Amino acid sequence: MADSTIPTGTPDTGSPPGGGQATSGARISPISRARVRPTGSRREIVIWYLMRVSGVGLFVLALAHFSILHFIWDPANQTAQFIIDQRWDNVFWRGFDWLLLMLVLFHGFMGMRTVILDYVHHPEWRPALLWALYILGAVLFVFGTTVVLTLPVPGAS
Amino acid sequence: MSRLPTLLRYRGREGMAAWAFHRLSGIGIFAFIVLHVIDIYLVGGNPGVYNDVLQFYASLPGRILEVVLGAALLYHALNGLRIIIIDFWPAMTVYHRVLWWGSWVIFISLGVPGALIILRPVWLPLLQQLGLA
Repeated sequence: MADSTIPTGTPDTGSPPGGGQATSGARISPISRARVRPTGSRREIVIWYLMRVSGVGLFVLALAHFSILHFIWDPANQTAQFIIDQRWDNVFWRGFDWLLLMLVLFHGFMGMRTVILDYVHHPEWRPALLWALYILGAVLFVFGTTVVLTLPVPGAS
Repeated sequence: MSRLPTLLRYRGREGMAAWAFHRLSGIGIFAFIVLHVIDIYLVGGNPGVYNDVLQFYASLPGRILEVVLGAALLYHALNGLRIIIIDFWPAMTVYHRVLWWGSWVIFISLGVPGALIILRPVWLPLLQQLGLA
């Protein structure tokens, strides 16, 4: 029989749907093989929707970003000076890449949260890893936003 | 019941591969995003180190990793779209097998040319040596 739950540390016979903690016993659709829309916790429902909304945004922005920097330009040309002089010499591409960063920080970090919740059940490791994840996310937010905002624009100084 | 890691446990037909690939590609992309935000920070923070990192990206091992990254990104994007279509348009459930195999057709038809472009510095000199380009 196909397993219809993500195991949550309870025996692998599968925990009852909706049982246990907010994110445990998350059900997997037998068709799409993704998490079905959670019930109960409002926070989990909001995250479920936002994963899909940010996913659509990333489908466009991330694939465009990858295509531009590998098919139009090539890593062989992308020195720091290239970023300053050509890639980020205008507000549009800085804004584009910053929006991409915001979407990826939400989508990637909430995705990793799901992975941790699925595999880590140790009562101390689980919150420790989640905190490490959120702190890493905050650090990347600061790093990424700092470089978008502070990198000099040619001719502006 | 088995104690196999979740990724290896049988989840049935196409679905198991879809789910496992989605998770693995997601974790891989996450790892690259962490590296990439740090490397782009170096454009302002330490341009010399940034240029060294980009030189690695432009090398052969770097380009092979970029092809892997691009494949992970394209798979995750297409499979994610498939999930969203089925989630929000349940009538499409009837066609879930078409959606699955269709996403692989798109994956190959976009991915192979993309890989060839990224790996151009590898095969172009070979063709030139052979007098074919």
